Amino acid sequence: MVELVEYIARSLVDNPEQVVVNRVEDENSIIIELRVAPDDMGKVIGKQGRIAKAIRTVVKAASLKENKKVTVEIL
Amino acid sequence: MKSVITTGKTIEDAVLAAAIQLAVQRDKLDIEVLEEPVKGLFGVFGGKDAKIRATVFQSMGDTAQGFLSELFDKMNLEAKVDVTETDDVISIHVSGPKMGILIGHRGATLDAVQYLTSLAVNRDSDKYKRVIVDTENYRKKREETLIKLARRLAHKVHKTRKKVVLEPMNPFERRVIHSTLQKDPYVVTHSEGDEPYRKVVITLK
Repeated sequence: MVELVEYIARSLVDNPEQVVVNRVEDENSIIIELRVAPDDMGKVIGKQGRIAKAIRTVVKAASLKENKKVTVEIL
Repeated sequence: MKSVITTGKTIEDAVLAAAIQLAVQRDKLDIEVLEEPVKGLFGVFGGKDAKIRATVFQSMGDTAQGFLSELFDKMNLEAKVDVTETDDVISIHVSGPKMGILIGHRGATLDAVQYLTSLAVNRDSDKYKRVIVDTENYRKKREETLIKLARRLAHKVHKTRKKVVLEPMNPFERRVIHSTLQKDPYVVTHSEGDEPYRKVVITLK
């Protein structure tokens, strides 16, 4: 899941080398934390969060097999 | 982007060497000449080889193909990606055993994948191309479903004389409803609310 978010983010931003993705996990959920260069925030969030929503939708689809709830947080 | 630097007796030789190294057709290469060849004495002594940089040229369709293949791989989704590219549209057909996952609820995942592909493909390009991602003819079927829904609801509005508010839809889907009922003798349609929750409303004429 980390690789998936990393790949999508790197395909969208101007500074792919500054994309950092971490995975935080507890008993019932997985949080994928996405960090990008300040200038690239708009490229992963989009107008009214449209891009962020699309990233979350794709991650959700990919994590159907996981028993845990997967969320993506943009920091 | 993949590129190599090669040398050869002539530029032509160097290009051929690059094509072989990169395992692509020559017409898929962008060539930059770094050093012109210099003929030596008797063609043997003191000559200098040609030096070029060859870069694999990628069309926007190629970029879309690469992006989606990699994306599905990372999603653990087995899928075959077929791309058709015209001057302003890149049309992608995806096939595989588990396309339900790719479609998602009411096509939400398919729309998300299509949107991200469009962003990735158009990012570095000065020309904008529309990207359409489809699987198992989902978009065509959805359009037919919406047309039927529109006709059924128009009938209901006509009969009950009460307006009907549809669930939120994307612009493409709303347009299908509007155009289906455009010439309806009894009802008119308009949209209310803000994206992404904009809804079509069908009212009596």
